Amino acid sequence: MKKLLSGNEAVARGAFEAGIKLAAAYPGTPSTEILETIAEWFPSIYAEWSPNEKVAFEVGIGSSLGGARTLVTMKHVGVNVAADPLMTFAYTGVGGGFIFVSADDPEMHSSQNEQDNRYFAKFAQIPFLEPADSQEAKDFVLKGLEISEKFDTPVMLHMTTRVSHSKSLVDEAEPVTAPAVGFKRDMQKYVMIPANAKKRHAILKERLGKLREFSETTELNAIENNGSNIGIITGGIAYQYAKDNLPDADYLKIGFGFPLPLDKIRKFVESHKKVLIIEELEPYFEEAVRAAGIKVEGKKYFSNLGELSPYKVGLGLKEAGQLKEVLGAEVEPETLFPRPPVLCPGCPHRGAYMALKKTGVAVTGDIGCYTLGMLPPLSYLDSCICMGASIGNAIGMEKVGGYEKGVVAVIGDSTFLHSGITGLLNAVYNKSNVTVMILDNRVTAMTGGQQHPATGYTLMGEETKQVDYFELCKALGVESVRVADAYDYKGTIQIIKEEVARPGPSVILTNRPCVLMPKRIMDKPYTVDLELCNGCSACFRIGCPALMPSKEMTKRNHPKAVIDPVLCTGCSLCAQVCQPEAIVLAEESVKAK
Amino acid sequence: MNKVINVLIVGVGGQGVLLASEVLSEVAMRSGLDVKKSEVHGMSQRGGVVSSHVKFGPKVHSPIIPYGQADILISFEQAEALRAVDWVKKNGLVATSTTRLVPPITAGGKFTYPEDAVAGLRKKFKDVISLDADKIALEMGNSRLVNILLLGVVSSRLEFDLSAWEEAIKSRVKAKFVDLNLKAFARGRELAEEAIQSKA
Repeated sequence: MKKLLSGNEAVARGAFEAGIKLAAAYPGTPSTEILETIAEWFPSIYAEWSPNEKVAFEVGIGSSLGGARTLVTMKHVGVNVAADPLMTFAYTGVGGGFIFVSADDPEMHSSQNEQDNRYFAKFAQIPFLEPADSQEAKDFVLKGLEISEKFDTPVMLHMTTRVSHSKSLVDEAEPVTAPAVGFKRDMQKYVMIPANAKKRHAILKERLGKLREFSETTELNAIENNGSNIGIITGGIAYQYAKDNLPDADYLKIGFGFPLPLDKIRKFVESHKKVLIIEELEPYFEEAVRAAGIKVEGKKYFSNLGELSPYKVGLGLKEAGQLKEVLGAEVEPETLFPRPPVLCPGCPHRGAYMALKKTGVAVTGDIGCYTLGMLPPLSYLDSCICMGASIGNAIGMEKVGGYEKGVVAVIGDSTFLHSGITGLLNAVYNKSNVTVMILDNRVTAMTGGQQHPATGYTLMGEETKQVDYFELCKALGVESVRVADAYDYKGTIQIIKEEVARPGPSVILTNRPCVLMPKRIMDKPYTVDLELCNGCSACFRIGCPALMPSKEMTKRNHPKAVIDPVLCTGCSLCAQVCQPEAIVLAEESVKAK
Repeated sequence: MNKVINVLIVGVGGQGVLLASEVLSEVAMRSGLDVKKSEVHGMSQRGGVVSSHVKFGPKVHSPIIPYGQADILISFEQAEALRAVDWVKKNGLVATSTTRLVPPITAGGKFTYPEDAVAGLRKKFKDVISLDADKIALEMGNSRLVNILLLGVVSSRLEFDLSAWEEAIKSRVKAKFVDLNLKAFARGRELAEEAIQSKA
């Protein structure tokens, strides 16, 4: 029976049908739902959230060495973290079939960059497969594992946000019985001391030759002949956008993207009057094809910034003279107010940023919900580079005397466990004076509420040990570790001031949980006494979506505030900044009247 | 249906855009059509704009509706309908709730919330159905019925069997809410009929 599945759900289904035994990942948009789906739908597969992508990848290698079919998933920047084991695993080759997902995020819907990870496959010299819809996402997991086993190589499945998060119809099939390999001791293959690695590098080159032959003949690189003199070379989601515009052109759809089938491409180009390459982001295909001396055009017409779309591809085809009218026209967009992402009502990060702003320190930031602290009206964040960067950034900045008022690193709980611990170790070891604020909301919030090593539960729902941050920081050698209540504005300011002034590294743990996950936290709502409100707008400056301008104006024509009782969680932060004390508990306001 | 029909569903995080698009996709699938749908999850969930593209027909290629190609726009919020007009065909159907969700950003004076977004829609399109879906849903007992109510409104314009809609709602809505949602769907269908008659 057909089912409507997202690309991510389809990968999970593929893992099940392929007999995958182990799946490991660190959450990251747009890849997160693959492991969540496996844990929910296919509990026969062992699935884990690892603390970061490097560990997930290494767990995956271990599983492969142990002879099992294995899946590891991550977002594009996660591959940067896992690059170290990847580059050498390409030398050793696999035990059980090994496939990892790189889910790229063109357009940066929820990422800090839009790197094109097809180059990672080329860099590591391993094959990559690229699905264009959910059916292919499922099928390519099985095909990828067969290739991995046949050629003794890790394989990358290259997804993008649009393929991961779009839904389309998928035919489900019965699971196959995965080959039972078991662990085979082979030191020459798996122990990468230079003497062995030199031999393995030669084997990798030999393997590459075989993969090149395979690329020429595999149906993954299929020619779609419609009798046209226009040829399009494309792959992944770009294929769909091209088909929307030119349904009757001839296509060479690249599903197996490294090494490329250059002979097939050459013949395709020679047998058409005009051939265009359409690919998202970088000219990965185009560079390789041109380097082989084949004359094609591509990025000349299609942007290398952001996601492609039916419209953008249409524009390019028109410019290339292949389309008379672009489907749909870009109209002047309505000039409307934006709805930027905001910290939720009651979010404990709000209290942390309010206090940081008051102290005037420099704030190095990290990856998570709290990156929203840079948005107005709080606007108090000085950097955001990658997972775990905040602490190293703060140390460097402080060492050169970058900011006289002091430097504070803010990092979320899951991010700290991902790659912040070594940064803090460095702060102790190299005698830094930074203060690290661990914004512990007890969940991986930005990606939708995943477990991590301090939540007490595994991905599969089992109870487990919880990291004790206090003991951990003490063990690393941090002498001052203090807890701040992010809902206590003045108290948090005081603690930040004291810790910034203290010589040596220090840690401040905020201890309020996320108000949305794992369960919704609602305390008694507050209300505005309109007689007392003087329209100073101090409460608006904390950026809470539950606080809005009312229709009532002051004599000076400033709007007074009103609180949405449905949205208000009762965190009380707005009441703490209200000078005329107009913001009060709703129930007390009723009693007083 | 021998061509691809494009339906764009928009609203604000938490209004049930994704469920509505799931139900519509399921109806198309149960009716034997190819279906694709697309939306971006992630930061847009935090109080932001949510939009879902649903395409169905004999064969669907990309999951994104090109500008100016949506046959139907369903909006759960009036200003969001206005934001989405670039996607809608000139002779397309716009079905919107008159709900106003005014964000705090309009407090600063830099941005304003449109006085009457529905009037703006009527200026651009002939075929506009507007109704206070929030109010109707609340009267029916649950504000979360807005999405299924609006599906009911547009359902009479789509060539699907009523049974396909009902099966899809049953398969996608939590068991204890199925009856209420079926009622909301039927109510939406009635209201669309009334809207057409009042025009004539």
